[in-house]
Amino acid sequence: MSGLALNNVTKEFGTFTAVNNVELTVPHGTFVCMLGPSGCGKTTLLRMIAGLDLPTGGTIQLDGEDITHVPTHKRNLGMVFQSLALFPHLTVGENIAYPLRIRGAPKEDQKKRVDELLSMIHLGGYSDRPVSKLSGGQRQRVAIARALAISPKLFLLDEPLSALDAKLREAMQVELRQLQQQLGITTIVVTHDQREAMTMADTVVVMKGGEIRQAASPIEIYRRPADTFVADFIGSTNLLEAEADSTGGVAVLGQPVSGVSLGAGVRKATLSIRPEDVHLTAPGNGALSGTVTFVRDLGGTIETFVDIAGRQIVAVSTPRARPDVTVGQPVGLVLLPDVCVVLAK
Amino acid sequence: MRREAPQKLSDYGPLFFPAMMLIVFFVVPFATMIAVSFFQRQQGGFYVPAFEFANYERFLSLFFANVLGFSLMLAVTVAICCIVLAVPFTYLLTRMKRKVQIVWLVALLSVLSLSEVIIGFAWSTLFSRTAGITNLLVMAGIMSEAKALLPSFGAVLTGMVYQAFPYTVLVLYPALVRLDPTLTEAARTLGASPIKAFFTVVIPALRNTITATLIMVFIFALGSYLLPQLLGRPQHWTLSVLITDQAIYQSNMPFAAAMAVFLVLVTLGLVALTVLAGRKGEAA
Repeated sequence: MSGLALNNVTKEFGTFTAVNNVELTVPHGTFVCMLGPSGCGKTTLLRMIAGLDLPTGGTIQLDGEDITHVPTHKRNLGMVFQSLALFPHLTVGENIAYPLRIRGAPKEDQKKRVDELLSMIHLGGYSDRPVSKLSGGQRQRVAIARALAISPKLFLLDEPLSALDAKLREAMQVELRQLQQQLGITTIVVTHDQREAMTMADTVVVMKGGEIRQAASPIEIYRRPADTFVADFIGSTNLLEAEADSTGGVAVLGQPVSGVSLGAGVRKATLSIRPEDVHLTAPGNGALSGTVTFVRDLGGTIETFVDIAGRQIVAVSTPRARPDVTVGQPVGLVLLPDVCVVLAK
Repeated sequence: MRREAPQKLSDYGPLFFPAMMLIVFFVVPFATMIAVSFFQRQQGGFYVPAFEFANYERFLSLFFANVLGFSLMLAVTVAICCIVLAVPFTYLLTRMKRKVQIVWLVALLSVLSLSEVIIGFAWSTLFSRTAGITNLLVMAGIMSEAKALLPSFGAVLTGMVYQAFPYTVLVLYPALVRLDPTLTEAARTLGASPIKAFFTVVIPALRNTITATLIMVFIFALGSYLLPQLLGRPQHWTLSVLITDQAIYQSNMPFAAAMAVFLVLVTLGLVALTVLAGRKGEAA
């Protein structure tokens, strides 16, 4: 099989299990984002793929070959570190040429490849500058070019954009994704920023406590989260408790709702509804009724906070569909059954 | 952080005490020594104020040139040996667990507490025929009979490297601790084996620290005057040994002072050259 395969990969540090039985296949040429809160094992998993840490169980295969115990320097990969790890004693050009020099490539080839990569990252003519004279975004690009110098089989990035300011980060996300599509290289990025993952990835892998909670396309993760953790971690959502009685009628937050089914035999579940799917209507018209407690008008979007039986529900609307509500006013909420995701308790 | 330059005389107050100490214990003795180096020696161990270059003239002979050459060569060799041993040692030390590091550092510090005399006699015992390490080699069947390893150049070198090694490690340690460990990891992901990564990333990144340490150990080794006498033959005696000999046993203070001044000048010259060479290397 072409691509990367992780089979039951486990990493234990003493009694602490950092990565627990991870199964994942990454087809050749895909862009995968590993997403999760800090301490979820995503960086450890990436380090094991790079060979910087050895798994305590399981195997790692690249293009059908078992690389679990192949030392890092023989894996022919490119990696960008969170600290970038540019060599301070080398110039921009020498940094990018380092993997070529180590492999004994002829000087002319090195120079040609460096010029090629520098123009690819829009830093043509920067070859002789010391890395200390570059801005944050430029360093970032040099680190990416250095990792791509040998056209690696696998391109790994550990929180690559976290040191950049918000605007530059968004621009680099787009640039990185375009670069990856242009080169068709299998890429794995570790991040804790869900926007970053949504922007770049073909597949988002959501991790928690050393385990994969869900691995799917960004829109699938957003629309069909597998559990409450994923639903809450990706974007913002309203999590509502629902109960079914013996006749199959469903009550959400204690109010009977029609058209929603929790599935056969399920008595208690959680419904996840994205704020943009909650529509406000006149009291009595909707499925649920509550009271407006706060309106946050951000210009581009308007967030209305509605209190139902002590629970805060957020509805987001665009200025065109500005709801005509004020604080203290009773409102009805429309729950569209096809956008409610039922999550097992 | 930028601070204002001192405005009033009283702003220099905090400098007064250290400046006085420096003047009383360093500038005055050193000036006295320079003055004495031009004095005239009287028979019987005395000298009278004068201004003559006789002491310096006497020094300009092939014999002293050889001694000076040997002293510099020995100091450079000690410095290089210390660096070659200490850089990989300290690098591995900084990668160990904190507790292990502390044990090693305490052991090294305890070597520093040993005086040069104790180090000299300890090594002269270890290198002796009757009680030395060759006896262990005989017991292990590697050598056929025990022999004395001293007096010899190797013995002098070993003793001095042993003495300077802890200083070298302690000077290198902070720089190596601060070295970003992801630099070597990055080198490994880019295709360098751990050994190649050490030589292409760790050593070059530490070039300035290594040069500074080299100079420090070189100067430290130049001042050693006991170990060459304890562990070496007369041809292994350094200029520092001759200075001691002239000052204490021959009671020729002006000549000893002249030699000391000359040694300081040569040392300063070499250090300046090294610094200049380092700057040029950086500019290139």
